[in-house]
Amino acid sequence: MANNILDFEKPLIELADKIKELQSFMDEKGLDLSEELTRLKERAKNLEAEIYADLNTMQTLQITRHPNRPTARDYVNYIFDDFIELHGDRRFGDDKAMLCGIGLIDNKPFTLLGHQKGKTTKENLVRNFGMAHPEGYRKALRLMKQAEKFNRPIISLINTPGAYPGIGAEERGQAEAIAKNLMEMSSLKVPIIVIVVGEGGSGGALGIGLGDRIMMLEYSYYSVSSPEACAAILWKDSEKSSEAAEALKITAKSLSALGLIDRVIKEPAGGAHKNPLEAGKLVKKAIIETLDELSNLDTDQLVINRYDKFRQIGEFNQRETSKISEDLLKEETD
Amino acid sequence: MFKDLFGKSKYVTVKTRDKRKESDISPDSSLWTKCKKCKEIIFNKKLIENLMVCPKCDYHFRISAKDRLAITIDEDSFREFASEIYSQDPLKFPDYIDKLEKAKVKTGLNEAVLVGEALIKGFPVVIAVMDFNFMGGSMGSVVGEKITIAIEKSLETKKPLILVTTAGGARMQEGLISLMQMAKTSAAVKKLDKAGILYICIMTDPTSGGVTASFASLADIIIAEKEALIAFAGPRVIKQTISADLPEGFQRAEFLMEHGMVDRVVTRHKMKEELASILKIHQFGVTSYG
Repeated sequence: MANNILDFEKPLIELADKIKELQSFMDEKGLDLSEELTRLKERAKNLEAEIYADLNTMQTLQITRHPNRPTARDYVNYIFDDFIELHGDRRFGDDKAMLCGIGLIDNKPFTLLGHQKGKTTKENLVRNFGMAHPEGYRKALRLMKQAEKFNRPIISLINTPGAYPGIGAEERGQAEAIAKNLMEMSSLKVPIIVIVVGEGGSGGALGIGLGDRIMMLEYSYYSVSSPEACAAILWKDSEKSSEAAEALKITAKSLSALGLIDRVIKEPAGGAHKNPLEAGKLVKKAIIETLDELSNLDTDQLVINRYDKFRQIGEFNQRETSKISEDLLKEETD
Repeated sequence: MFKDLFGKSKYVTVKTRDKRKESDISPDSSLWTKCKKCKEIIFNKKLIENLMVCPKCDYHFRISAKDRLAITIDEDSFREFASEIYSQDPLKFPDYIDKLEKAKVKTGLNEAVLVGEALIKGFPVVIAVMDFNFMGGSMGSVVGEKITIAIEKSLETKKPLILVTTAGGARMQEGLISLMQMAKTSAAVKKLDKAGILYICIMTDPTSGGVTASFASLADIIIAEKEALIAFAGPRVIKQTISADLPEGFQRAEFLMEHGMVDRVVTRHKMKEELASILKIHQFGVTSYG
């Protein structure tokens, strides 16, 4: 744990150590320094609030990518009463970067999909760092169709740096697999609840991300490209990734302000990894509340609303005539 | 350069070429061009006559949306719609407005795609053509919207939809809004699919990223232009990830057909004929059972 301390957490850790020291000093010497102790604890609390209220995007990303951040499997354990994992796309193989299964939450059946990361290097090699191949997306689609057949709501937990960019993935149609999921998810006749619980990396994230409600955990991100890739492509300089991170507006807070996501799920103080059980409770609460909202709609209306939700995304100007075409128009009439 | 093929153009927003800066797809000098593949020196006149295909090695140069339209549809048949939609800068992204203006000057287009109705050997279609010279053909709000409008027009008029793609992917400068255009366009394709309307996608060099991973891959019939690069992740990214050399011909049109990802690989010279043949067969189907 000790080597997983993030830079901006250091003042907090130092303060916590000081409090511990003072406590043991008090106990040892039998002195009453409780006033000083209370003051320090108060300061620690304020400092924590201050630090986390003021995180920049790269700092938020450090929490998102924290090795101990709860994974899809962790959330399954916290949220579901019963859960059975189901494997394979019936075409090529079973993608361990994509966790799929069925289970009960408060005696209601759900189908779950989620990118699955590991926490250790060994686990991550098995899970391919949560980067799915086409067979992962096709497994997800197979089980989404099954969810529709048995009228089970779908929960999709997003946590991937991106779809895997490899030879096999391209040969087997990574692009087609993602595209097909988008097409099919747009008209599935069951509620789809999407929660970005960690990294929302580009098309690989969106590949299981078209739903009726899109929610994000407070310290997750969702982006068209990783800040590192964006900086490398646009400015030919990966050093500028923190600039790119801000410009891309990828945090839950900024995406909520842009109206692109429906809800930000608050995380325990310091991030989900500090208190995974609590994080699980908060996610479960959000799922149940969201399903209640969606259950009021009949399935036709659900599908219409979902279509409209995505149909209206886009910022453009329809009236203003571009200066250039005006100029060109003039030239032509001249 | 195919000005003569256009005849008297009825474009409102797309203007004659001579005002435009000659771009990388265009001849190196006013007289000749060096083939990017076989290094042959080709006279421009000959290259243009040959639809920007090297007469010696058959290398297909990239061409603009306007030139693509000219060689794909019947003369004077294009009626553009949704031309009045312009990009904004929703994220206030550094240099975006500047880049947009430069792209407009460079291409003479308002955005990276032209959409409209046209005839192909007499068959009425809705057609959208992308332009790689406009910010790498990237899909932001406007490209997503115009593609969706084209799909909706096709739904409304029941005319087959032809999309000619070339794109680097989703447009970085509009962040998640760009990514969501993948969802928007794919959902619209689903409607077209349900309505039983033919959708043909012609993937040209290069078609990659978010465009390949959304509407482009969802066509009933996918035709790839000869040797076009078609990918989800670009070859450079893959090479970097796996730190190994990529197989010969990897992610080229022929490779994709070999792997079952596209229906046909067609040369530029045969493309229009090919489309007409499909439309002809399809139309018989429609009239018999419709």
